[in-house]
Amino acid sequence: MPELAAHAGRGVIRIVRRGGGAEANSGAGAGTVVAVTASERDRKGEKPAGPWRRRLHVVTGKGGTGKTTVASALALALATGGQRVLLTEVEGRQQIAQVFDTPPLPYRERKVASAPGGGEVYALAVDAEEALLEYLEMFYNLRSAGKVLGKMGAIDFATTIAPGVRDVLLTGKIKEAVNRPDGTRPSGLAYDAVVLDAPPTGRITRFLNVAREVVGLAKMGPIRSQADGVLAVLHSGQTAVHLVTLLEEMPVQETIDAVAELRAADLPVGGVVVNMVRPPLLGAKELRAARAGTLDGEELAAGIKEAGLEPTADLVAELAREAAQHAERVALEAAQRVEVAALDQPMYELPLASDGMDMGMLYRFAEMLRAQRMVG
Amino acid sequence: MTPATGGGAHDDTDESGGASRGGQAPAGEARAAGARKASPGSKRPPGSAASPRARNQSGPKSAQGAKSPKGAGLSKDGARSGAAAAAQVPTIRARVRPQPGGVPRLDVDGMLASERIIVCCGSGGVGKTTTAAALALRAAEQGRSVVVLTIDPARRLAQSMGLTELDNTPREVLGVDLSAGGRLDAMMLDMKRTFDEIVLAHTTSERADQLLANPFYQSLSSSFAGTQEYMAMEKLGQLDAADDWDLIIVDTPPTRSALDFLDAPSRLGAFLDGRLLRLLLMPAKAGGRAYVKMLGVGFGMFTKVLTKVIGAQLLTDVSQFVSAMETMFGGFRQRAEKTYRLLGAPGTSFVVVAAPEVAALREASYFVDRLETDGMPLAGLVVNRMHHSDGRSLTAERSLAAAENLTEHGEHPLAAAVLRVHADRLRLAEREARLRERFTSAHPDTPLIEVEALAEDVHDLAGLREIGDALAGDERLARVG
Ligand SMILES: Nc1ncnc2c1ncn2[C@@H]1O[C@H](COP(=O)(O)OP(=O)(O)OP(=O)(O)O)[C@@H](O)[C@H]1O
Ligand SMILES: Nc1ncnc2c1ncn2[C@@H]1O[C@H](COP(=O)(O)OP(=O)(O)O)[C@@H](O)[C@H]1O
Ligand SMILES: [Mg+2]
Ligand SMILES: [Mg+2]
Repeated sequence: MPELAAHAGRGVIRIVRRGGGAEANSGAGAGTVVAVTASERDRKGEKPAGPWRRRLHVVTGKGGTGKTTVASALALALATGGQRVLLTEVEGRQQIAQVFDTPPLPYRERKVASAPGGGEVYALAVDAEEALLEYLEMFYNLRSAGKVLGKMGAIDFATTIAPGVRDVLLTGKIKEAVNRPDGTRPSGLAYDAVVLDAPPTGRITRFLNVAREVVGLAKMGPIRSQADGVLAVLHSGQTAVHLVTLLEEMPVQETIDAVAELRAADLPVGGVVVNMVRPPLLGAKELRAARAGTLDGEELAAGIKEAGLEPTADLVAELAREAAQHAERVALEAAQRVEVAALDQPMYELPLASDGMDMGMLYRFAEMLRAQRMVG
Repeated sequence: MTPATGGGAHDDTDESGGASRGGQAPAGEARAAGARKASPGSKRPPGSAASPRARNQSGPKSAQGAKSPKGAGLSKDGARSGAAAAAQVPTIRARVRPQPGGVPRLDVDGMLASERIIVCCGSGGVGKTTTAAALALRAAEQGRSVVVLTIDPARRLAQSMGLTELDNTPREVLGVDLSAGGRLDAMMLDMKRTFDEIVLAHTTSERADQLLANPFYQSLSSSFAGTQEYMAMEKLGQLDAADDWDLIIVDTPPTRSALDFLDAPSRLGAFLDGRLLRLLLMPAKAGGRAYVKMLGVGFGMFTKVLTKVIGAQLLTDVSQFVSAMETMFGGFRQRAEKTYRLLGAPGTSFVVVAAPEVAALREASYFVDRLETDGMPLAGLVVNRMHHSDGRSLTAERSLAAAENLTEHGEHPLAAAVLRVHADRLRLAEREARLRERFTSAHPDTPLIEVEALAEDVHDLAGLREIGDALAGDERLARVG
């Protein structure tokens, strides 16, 4: 299993070894549980926000920050303890299948993972064309006509010229899954929660708000009722829009912009997940010295010697340079963290898996999100 | 998989910068440029003080509070000798990386001196915009008259280049060293405005107004996936026609896939020229009916379904739009093809930019293949944001073992921590080198240059110069030994 870029004791990330089930949040997984605390939050003495109890969790962020990864971990976290969760994607990129290492998802809900305590994660790649056919069939019994339109590229056409149409179909399908009844389940619903691996920050507000646009245009008819239903899910406390960011300038900037846009559109902003966090390897004092170029070179050389290595001038200089770069990066990240904290939304952190992601790591991320009480 | 460093984030289609946040005027710019000139030849020997740029200009972002200026330790401790003194002088600046063995080097200065058009492409977030700007600045400071067309630059970089307005017109960048007789203009692409300009240039103002107000036009000009790429090409064509510059450097939109840039214009062209649009234009005509019949469904049904799905109003808007466009100019596709030919003409070079990550290098690989297939002139690959260690004689394993050893004995915590930093960095550097090698073995003849990751983002001219130096493998910066 990949090793976590986390270090016990100091700084941003704390690894908690658990013997029994003494602590709160006892998940089913035994062994090492990693708890991550936002150091800023601790310092400011704020209490982390309680878990998000929502039916729909929308996960957005700048491209490549880890939306799909976090959405997947969140789905596992929500399923833990016996819930049934649907994880969805809407961009036709088959990213969920990649994360769960399964063949490409058909337009059909399929179980992709089990969670501790009997939980189940289902997945669906929502496709606009399929959603449209489904919709035509449902309302007009027009499936065959729809197929012809598909052959002509008319659906492509319709969904391209009016991106709004496409997005209404996509959000409409999500809404349907959120509300789908199932009398055989204790909750009376097919899914206890739905997680959406959503479009990136640059497009999220428009995507979620499309229903509102449609409501402005269509006064009645099935599209209108579809849009009304979407609005109901988004604006009635059933939804949270979480943002994933890295502690880098551009992703943080986009997060800040997106939060402002979401708030302006009256959409429910959830937590900010800071992904790929790397803990500082030096203490605060050393970090300062390294940045200022005043690391004690003699002490460093002595230590290297003590460890049985030869402290040549070149090596010592190189190590000091690397320490300075490390310190510089830590300082920049700290500055970015302050920016994120200023958003005043609950913050969660996931460490950088330095050897890459795999299923084992995904389960650990789910556990970490629970331990931080993002959900649970 | 993701490297152990950031820089993984990439952009996506349709992402646009939001509202500006706080003034972060690049106060240090003029100073930085001056300082550079003041140190003739900018001889910066290895391990010397940090570059003269105003580092960490404190804006809202520098929240670390008070800190001593970089290099402060230098004079104070310069008297010390040996290892200790060397250790006082961290250099954060990107250094020229040794060229990997057997790989042809991308001759950046040669390209900057001879080409007329340089296109920087690659997947999002890898440093296309940064590279485009750095190349442009370097060419200008070497005496060429240059314009750089940027697309969605990071905000602070844009500000430092004076790109505060999206007005779609190139403006001179201040703070550039003009002593070699060059000049640098820069602009940010505004795709909607570029589209509007085409419309305005090709029709009477009355018709233009009608079209600009058409809801379908508005949606297409601001959100059709591909419009940005098309407009980038369009703008390139315009800059080329203006003939005001020796060199035009174009950044490409933050698309998900690098190939989109090549494909999108013809996609938009095909779409606008498409049969289906034509069909919609003449619903009453027999041709349309016949076509639909052929597909085995009544025409009434066809329009009924379309109307249901898109709505009658939108259909009307679309046909209005198309007929307006048709009378205006002879086919989008033709226009797109013309610019496409410009890209293949002598005097044009493509520079593919990638980060040392699996996905970015995969995209770069596709792009290199595609350029070859299309007969487009590839200059080479920039592998940006790489990490390097000069202390490779001390391997990650030995370094970690030594650190563990010290920690176990509770001794020299500083050395132990620094050894861990070293091991971390070496692992990262090794990983990146492996990924880069994978590319090289598939494309052994593609010239490339590796650019070191700076410790911080690039958001001023001094930073761009450093990247420019690194891109050119500038000898002044080459390390001894
Ligand atoms: N905490 C982490 N540690 C290590 N690697 C990570 C972590 N989070 C994500 N990754 C990796 O980073 C890459 C990008 O992540 P992911 O695909 O989840 O991002 P995304 O935001 O969904 O990207 P896109 O915008 O392309 O959809 C993937 O290779 C993923 O495995
Ligand atoms: N060599 C480098 N070292 C450090 N940061 C870099 C480097 N190259 C690019 N960056 C930073 O990476 C981010 C993305 O770069 P950008 O040029 O905007 O990418 P793209 O145009 O490919 O989307 C910017 O914040 C930029 O400052
Ligand atoms: Mg994704
Ligand atoms: Mg860019």
